[in-house]
Amino acid sequence: MDAMQLLLWARGPALGIAFAIFLFGMLLRLFEIYSLGRNKDLAPPRSHSPGSGWRTVVMRSFSAKSMLKASMLTYVTGYTFHIGFFVVLLFLLPHIELIRSITGLHWPALPTPFIDLIAVASIIALIVALISRVMNPVKRFLSGFGDYLAWAVTLLPLLTGYLAYHHLLLDYTRMLAMHILSVELLLVVIPFTKLTHMATLFIARWYNGDWFARKGVAS
Amino acid sequence: MADETLLDVLTKRGISRRAFLKFCAAATSLMALPPSMASAVAEALMQARRPSVIWLSFQECTGCTESLTRSHSPTLESLIFDAISLDYHETLIAAAGSAAEAARENAMKEAYGKYLLLVDGSVSTKDGGIYSTVAGKTNLETLKEAAAGAAAIVAVGTCSSFGGLPHANPNPTGAVPVSDIIKNKPIINVPGCPPIPVVITGVLTYYLTFGTLPELDDLGRPKAFYGESIHDRCYRRPFYDQGKFAKSFDDEGARNGWCLFELGCKGPITHNACATTKWNQGTSFPIQSGHGCLGCSEPNFWDAGSFYQALSTPIQPVTAALGIGVAAAAAAGIGVALANRSTKADAKAHHQTVTTNDLEK
Amino acid sequence: MSASLQKGLNALREVMDAPIASFFSSCVHCGMCADACLFFTETHDPKYTPIHKLEPLRRLWKRDYTLFGRLGKLLGLSKPLSDEELAQWSPLVYDSCTLCGRCSLACPVGNDITYMVRKMREGMSVAGHAPEGMISATKRTIEIGSPMGVKLPALQAQIRAQEKETGLTIPIDVQGADYMAVLSSMEIINFPEYLGALAKIFHKAGVSWTLSSEAFEATNSGIQIGASDIAREIVLRIVTAAEKLRVKHVISPECGHAFTALRWEGPNLIGRPYHFSVVHILELLDELRSAGKLKTVGKEDKPLTFHDPCQLVRRGGVVQQPRTLLGDVATDFREMSDPGILNWCCGGGGGVSANERADELRLTAFKRKKTQLDELGVHTMVTACANCRIMLEDGLEHYNMNVSVVGLTELIANHLEE
Repeated sequence: MDAMQLLLWARGPALGIAFAIFLFGMLLRLFEIYSLGRNKDLAPPRSHSPGSGWRTVVMRSFSAKSMLKASMLTYVTGYTFHIGFFVVLLFLLPHIELIRSITGLHWPALPTPFIDLIAVASIIALIVALISRVMNPVKRFLSGFGDYLAWAVTLLPLLTGYLAYHHLLLDYTRMLAMHILSVELLLVVIPFTKLTHMATLFIARWYNGDWFARKGVAS
Repeated sequence: MADETLLDVLTKRGISRRAFLKFCAAATSLMALPPSMASAVAEALMQARRPSVIWLSFQECTGCTESLTRSHSPTLESLIFDAISLDYHETLIAAAGSAAEAARENAMKEAYGKYLLLVDGSVSTKDGGIYSTVAGKTNLETLKEAAAGAAAIVAVGTCSSFGGLPHANPNPTGAVPVSDIIKNKPIINVPGCPPIPVVITGVLTYYLTFGTLPELDDLGRPKAFYGESIHDRCYRRPFYDQGKFAKSFDDEGARNGWCLFELGCKGPITHNACATTKWNQGTSFPIQSGHGCLGCSEPNFWDAGSFYQALSTPIQPVTAALGIGVAAAAAAGIGVALANRSTKADAKAHHQTVTTNDLEK
Repeated sequence: MSASLQKGLNALREVMDAPIASFFSSCVHCGMCADACLFFTETHDPKYTPIHKLEPLRRLWKRDYTLFGRLGKLLGLSKPLSDEELAQWSPLVYDSCTLCGRCSLACPVGNDITYMVRKMREGMSVAGHAPEGMISATKRTIEIGSPMGVKLPALQAQIRAQEKETGLTIPIDVQGADYMAVLSSMEIINFPEYLGALAKIFHKAGVSWTLSSEAFEATNSGIQIGASDIAREIVLRIVTAAEKLRVKHVISPECGHAFTALRWEGPNLIGRPYHFSVVHILELLDELRSAGKLKTVGKEDKPLTFHDPCQLVRRGGVVQQPRTLLGDVATDFREMSDPGILNWCCGGGGGVSANERADELRLTAFKRKKTQLDELGVHTMVTACANCRIMLEDGLEHYNMNVSVVGLTELIANHLEE
């Protein structure tokens, strides 16, 4: 397949397939979770609670001071990667156009060289995170194939995007095709790995916050 | 006629030696050769025998010929026409009918193995290629015949290089590029819809000078003209990088000459010389005139989604796929939900009240 | 002796719910829960990573409650849980976890790991993999009435001693009293002054209260071991007695998990709300103080600190009250590092104190509390849980530390205005 054909396939049928599988997997997971239900809590909750499920959904992104110190590297690589990833995804104009074409929503873009810098920071954070995962005894102990697969499919869009913009490795048209294909790969892998956390963490945090809130604790 | 050298022809037309050398210098730089090679180009051209050129037109719109020949005053392009012996060209030839065909067959026989074959238009292959015939013969047959005795082939325009418009979905005539049919001859693809005139003449000049093909990219296009993308040479690139985009064709951004990415410009994936060489003797090119690049020198550009949708958008709607995903999820989801509830209810039903006896085996 | 793997698996299937499914879906193996858990921080053994303690539950969830897990099961692509596996997990689930809840606050994706351990114990217990010490405590609770084997006569003896000490009557079985107090065996045997303290405080404050001869044990071994049916039976004793006496409130004593059992789990165990409210003694003291009925005099001037019992503070929400009360009776109250809901466990809650198998690990984990105390350099530590008191004293002795542990209610009582 020449580069143009590959690009057109990536921008065409492949995108539909990837979205379909992604949506299928993620919605299925929601059914799997909510079908199990949660017993009603018959113990009277505290009347004035500083906490709530919704509060924790937001605030759990910020650590308690001592936790930050205890897990500093994880927090720094985690924040850098996630924030960087979302800035790149949401504020590069071509991405905004993609989102607009599907949802109609759009917003101002940030300058490309700035996005480029953020992408590099994200990639470095991912690499450091991988090294940590391999060298830190707890992370190494917990990690399996799924963790490394998730890492790779997350890195590829950032890396291929960077390579395309800088005209490295392959010619632009082919590199762009690779970039789009890598995103499609990520989409189809997400529902089958821990990357489901991108949606389910809000559910988890809500349940956590709600449990603690009833006791009068803001978690 | 075929024995005259270029210099003979030019002298006859009153073109001074100085003008000729200027042309050679321009041609040298166009071909991205070092300036020192200008004299070598001049030498070669001076001696060059006017090669026989057969120009075949298949499923085309004649735009490529128009691009090259439509000029109001003598131009460098027209000079090249004087350097070659254009022995057959359907639009330009004076003769018609069987006389014209005879001229072609004659030229091919006389210069067998040496003539340059120029092709514009794609070749129909469906049902034996009957969708495009000239003088009762299919283009397919004519091409094979003509290619057999050609020294080299230049596919002028996107149709002959990549299939072009006839090749676009659903391709009812089974249109294919020249390179899909002819496998045993050197082919230079000079795409564009149409190609820039001076790019055509530049390629011909190179061939005439060196007798070999210029360096080609993996799509068979001369790197000298197709080595860079429009995006990388576009004067509006700083706006792309700064995030300044025209959002509609008559908004402030458009009037300020901002980047046309949002309006569908395919500059980033299009390789051509438009941004540097431009059109009409360097007057302008589509982006400069306020319209996004169509990507016309790339294969399948007609099927690459709307010209007015950004490059990063899908070329076909994803709503159907999203719908299928959701529907399948609902079906599978309801299934697994019912199964989950059943498993849990089952477990509950099998629950026996735990006593201290149950804590030990 | 009817524990079985089948019962265990059945129980695990029963406890599965949407929160647990969302937690397993969200875990990204970041390991931050380990950084929050004293059993990991003091041993550096990755197997004590909190989420890892739940691996069997996760496998069951995947196999039995997800589409692809079910398909995998059909195609023979996954292994079912084995009895060996559950046996292997017993020390992780019981010895190296006190249900302290710190991991549940640390997890960035919001997993309530503590909640899951509590549920996993439901399967472990009936599969026969609870620790021997906890099983014995549970048996004693069911058969005798208390995990330490304390019977009514023993309580009555302590009552008499405290009545003599305080010169006050300790009411028992009084119909229609406002408050019914329950006690932990630990208090009855080791810290009977608590009872005297209640008498003094309530007398001064004019609180009408009573004990019940039919239900005086607050602790709940069923909660610790993870057997809700047993936990129900135990809590029902209190509920029945309280409703029989028609009291308005039941006072949960200075015991961590008793508060959890009575205040938070009880109504769900018995399937209905109570006809009374549950209040922790510290909450009651704080209320009395606000109403001006708790007047203290004099203050401790030695520097002291407060150890937050996990079930009371982090998992129970009684955070501010101990501090307010201590402020009345201490001039030099110093907070430990990570005070309040982030404080570190004494290492002995969640049934660990009844589990001899866990002794060595518990004492290693105590190094975290030792570090907190060393940083602070105080010699008096106040707390509000009898189990914490015993565990802290044990740890302090083991490390030869010169720190005394004081109960908060007693401290208040000692400063009551005459």
